[in-house]
Amino acid sequence: MSRLRNKLYLLISLLFLTFSLQSFGQEDEEEEDLLSMLESEQEPITNFTIATFKSTRLVSGHSVETVAEGEFMFIIGHRFGELNSGWRDLFGLDNATIRLGGDFGITDAIDVGIGRSSFQKTYDGFVKAKVLRQKSGAESFPITLTAMSNIYLRGDEWENPDRENYQTSRMVFSTSAMFARKVNDGLSIQLTPMMVHRNIVPTPEDENMVFLGSLGTSIKMSGSSRINAEYFYLPDGQIVSQLGGQDLRNAFSLGFDIETGGHVFQLHMTNSKGMTEKFLATETVGEWGAGDIYFGFNVNRNFNIKKKKK
Amino acid sequence: MKELQTTKITIMKYLILIFLLTAGLQTQAQKMWTQTGDITFYSKAPLEDIEAENHSVSSVINMENGDIVFSLLISAFEFEKALMQEHFNEKYLHSDKFPKSTFKGKIQNVGSISMNKPGTYELDVSGELTIHGQTNPVSTTMSFTIEDENKMEATSEFIVTLADYQVEIPKMVKENISETILIKVNMDYVPFKK
Repeated sequence: MSRLRNKLYLLISLLFLTFSLQSFGQEDEEEEDLLSMLESEQEPITNFTIATFKSTRLVSGHSVETVAEGEFMFIIGHRFGELNSGWRDLFGLDNATIRLGGDFGITDAIDVGIGRSSFQKTYDGFVKAKVLRQKSGAESFPITLTAMSNIYLRGDEWENPDRENYQTSRMVFSTSAMFARKVNDGLSIQLTPMMVHRNIVPTPEDENMVFLGSLGTSIKMSGSSRINAEYFYLPDGQIVSQLGGQDLRNAFSLGFDIETGGHVFQLHMTNSKGMTEKFLATETVGEWGAGDIYFGFNVNRNFNIKKKKK
Repeated sequence: MKELQTTKITIMKYLILIFLLTAGLQTQAQKMWTQTGDITFYSKAPLEDIEAENHSVSSVINMENGDIVFSLLISAFEFEKALMQEHFNEKYLHSDKFPKSTFKGKIQNVGSISMNKPGTYELDVSGELTIHGQTNPVSTTMSFTIEDENKMEATSEFIVTLADYQVEIPKMVKENISETILIKVNMDYVPFKK
């Protein structure tokens, strides 16, 4: 009986000895790489793609970017007249149009904005929401999708004041779905199907609802500068009437972004006089080849309205 | 006589058993760790004071030999302004290429810390800090405060120079971002149980 007990004790002792030796042995291995031990405890990370574009506007049209929660971005948009307007107008410097606007971030994914263009005295407002975000790592998704709805209200005099005019005739609506991908650190692309509804059109042959698309890209030159391009393509047959005696053309714009802390300066060359989707998509008559090029710039300044919670 | 000897042997066996058991348990409590440490950095420049906080810093200390490691995600630093955070990640620290910052070092004289009684210990820590893919030696003092055997607070401060880590600041914002950054560390360690 006593022998059996002795054996039992010996067995238990050996068992514990082995365990403690084992744990010592493990410790030796772990000591060599405490860091990989620590990192194996960490949750796998998902990286959300940031800065697909530098600003909420690619050139004149919107990009998938929104203003962060509690931030207000004041945008001064400026377009000089056509470069080919001659020396008397100092190659367009005399005929500038301006849009003053502001975007406000309600959440990090949703922002709203208003603006007023001197061209056609147009007021505009929009709601924009990041629906899907490009990400990589533990969870991955290839694109960012932002949806946007805009409303425009012309404020200038009626073209035919003699006939009965309705306030609703001043309105234009547009809806866009912006798909963007940051291909790599230096290149981002955006594809945007869009529809524009105009409450009034000049002739019965013109469609009220127009479908079109735009293509944009941004190429990083350095940490603080980028070259951007955007092209609005309006399929034929939807708008047949001329505008001011000129045929409608597709808008093509080139931009150059320079970023300094809280400002983004955007320099533009474009054949569109207006600075919002309504003008870009359905009212562009300038022709690059003929020198109908508008030089312009945007100055974007961010203000923190609401401090982040600590 | 024989009976006494047997009793002695039995007691010995118990003692050995208890010793081994305790040894086994002790090895379990020799590591302290956290995954919710705080690291804050401060940049004081003529035009702007910038600070950012990271509340999910991981760290492990081997209380036996003084090995200490830290690991944090660059993208987890929170700034007051969203744009600053974007620029920090995209333009300066390139967190897509270098998502983590790590520190591997040694606490000098770690044996002087007694987990059993509350107290504060000021000890030298030195090691290698990796930020933005660049590694440099760092030496500082760290203050360890034992509240009870299951809770140890550690705080430290040191300064890093951006140029050492090849973080380039464009001329345009030279007045906004300091060339040297003060880093404050505040960690709450608990025993590592696995």
